[in-house]
Amino acid sequence: MPRELPYIAAIGEAVHQEMERDPTVLYFGQNLATSDEDPFLQAFGADRVRVTPISETAEIGMAVGAAFAGYRPVVQLYMAEFMLVAMDQVVNEAPRFHYMTAGQVTVPIVLQAGYGFTAGWAGQHTGSIYGMFMGVPGLKVAVPATPAEAKGLMTASIRDDNPVVFFHHYLLTLEHGDVPEGEHVVPLGEAAVVREGGDVTIVAIGWLVGKALAAAEQLAAEGIEAEVIDPRTLAPLDTRTILESVAKTGKLVVADQSTRHGSAAAVIAAEAASEGFSALKAPIGLVTALDATIPYSQPMEEYLLPDEAKIVAAVQQAVGSAPVAA
Amino acid sequence: MPENGLDQERLTWLLTQMTRIREFEERVKRTFEEHPGVIRGHTHLADGAEASIVGSIAALRPDDQLLTTYRCHGYPLALGTDAKAMMAEIYGRETGLCGGYGGSMHLTDVDRGFLGTSGIVGQGIPHAAGAAWAAQIRGQGQVVLSFFGDGASKQGAFHETMNIASLWKLPVVFVMENNNYNVYTRVEQEDANAAAGEPLAVKATAYSMPGVTVDGGDPVEVYEHVSAAVARARSGEGPTLVESRVYRLSAHGNIIAPPGVPLHFPEHEAITVFGNAEEYEAAKRGDPVPRFRARLVTDGTLTTEEADAIAEAARTEMDEAVEFGLSSPFPAPEKAVDHVYA
Repeated sequence: MPRELPYIAAIGEAVHQEMERDPTVLYFGQNLATSDEDPFLQAFGADRVRVTPISETAEIGMAVGAAFAGYRPVVQLYMAEFMLVAMDQVVNEAPRFHYMTAGQVTVPIVLQAGYGFTAGWAGQHTGSIYGMFMGVPGLKVAVPATPAEAKGLMTASIRDDNPVVFFHHYLLTLEHGDVPEGEHVVPLGEAAVVREGGDVTIVAIGWLVGKALAAAEQLAAEGIEAEVIDPRTLAPLDTRTILESVAKTGKLVVADQSTRHGSAAAVIAAEAASEGFSALKAPIGLVTALDATIPYSQPMEEYLLPDEAKIVAAVQQAVGSAPVAA
Repeated sequence: MPENGLDQERLTWLLTQMTRIREFEERVKRTFEEHPGVIRGHTHLADGAEASIVGSIAALRPDDQLLTTYRCHGYPLALGTDAKAMMAEIYGRETGLCGGYGGSMHLTDVDRGFLGTSGIVGQGIPHAAGAAWAAQIRGQGQVVLSFFGDGASKQGAFHETMNIASLWKLPVVFVMENNNYNVYTRVEQEDANAAAGEPLAVKATAYSMPGVTVDGGDPVEVYEHVSAAVARARSGEGPTLVESRVYRLSAHGNIIAPPGVPLHFPEHEAITVFGNAEEYEAAKRGDPVPRFRARLVTDGTLTTEEADAIAEAARTEMDEAVEFGLSSPFPAPEKAVDHVYA
């Protein structure tokens, strides 16, 4: 039976359920379980639930080593940017070993990383940095858009035998939604068509899935039926679902909160242009943040970011219904 | 039996493993001359560190584990990994220990506790601590050895891991092989302790764990100190930093050159960079392998004939390893996209 839960609680429920189900799942990170009252600590004990120093390289490196030795660590990193101080472990250690050892070693770790905190956190705590991880062979990248997805993707990430960076969006933290009770798995590598439509395909990532659905409702009032696709994971990327939709609609808009160059949006556009060119009837629309560091002040922050109105405008452009520019 | 528990059989084992490692490394080095082009990329040899490697591993139980650096040929040999599979890996063959996916720098033999080798300086240290955390949870008394060089002790990964390992009393022993050089840089040029005339083992003090400096050219001394550290780790008292003073007898690695330039091992940096041939010659005179052999013959543990037989067996074994590697097929090219995901 589904019931409403906030996004962040859905993630916690997935971790808790997997720790109950599998005694090899570990959960650790900074400022975690410092009190005896911590529910994870009470349920699973100090062997499996630990607070760490502010040492991301050691935290992620130890997760890799514990995985070598048969465990499934979930590292609570809070902010995605904190991975950047341990980039070698994320990019050049965890995803390399299965390959370099011809499969002798598996590294089933989950890096729980919040992103996109565009609520006045300024330049260093607001990035949507998933794009830089989607091109790392061996690494999986999850970008849940709803509480139910968050639970299902976290469950799948913990059970997966590969390292997974689980990007949860800070602006969705308290968003409520129906979440199935008990076991709920969303497979990694399968996009969801969250709204059907025949006129245009909108691929939206994470927080922008909700914005894209709102834009689609607005567009429907104008007689434009948009199909909205939530990739759910960027690696593996379900290009087939995207290409099938583009084959149907002939038009593609990609909405991505990250800066444009080197983004997931750019990769998705390249796949569509390379593999779906014959179906395309209009230039691909990219709705991304502008290529700048996120500013502190609210009007400037809002100016840089994609939003519902920018998605609507890009769709109007693609379908040829945009107002003529002055 | 002597007080340290090393009976004749165990002492003979030490010399045998040291001899096998030396012979293997000599054959790797000779491959550059005898079979140009067979070894690609960058290869690092353990000659000079045999006593430290074997003395450390002698302190382990069969279910203990270890992680090392890219200078990783010696450890699996002492653990019992097939030399043929190792040489085939270094030659990039399908029959290699890692199927030709990893090469010289990433040798791994999980079944023997050799869990995975990072080629990035210092980054395997937290891996070892993570494996030690797993051992602590499992509660079966396993210990993990973490081998790294003096250069790695300048990495954040080292310091972060020393802190957390001591804090959590993890069953890990940090074996720092101090060979005085980080590639071309002498230790006193980059290490505050060395520049102040102190041993690098003093770094342990900052993390409230024991630190000890040992002669890494003497396998018995290494064995005694690593055994004490392993016993401490096994009993739940936490990690120890063992600074093992070694001298690598080859250059850091083969030359770094683009394709088309034949690869080879240059002379040691003491000579090529610092013009200090005497330092290198002194290290050669103290070469741990003949030194330990002479000791065992002198004290009657082995006869000359027995010691010669150990050397001869190693030569035969490594002849076969080279032959096996050379005659093995390359992997099918399309296997390059296997093992991307588990």
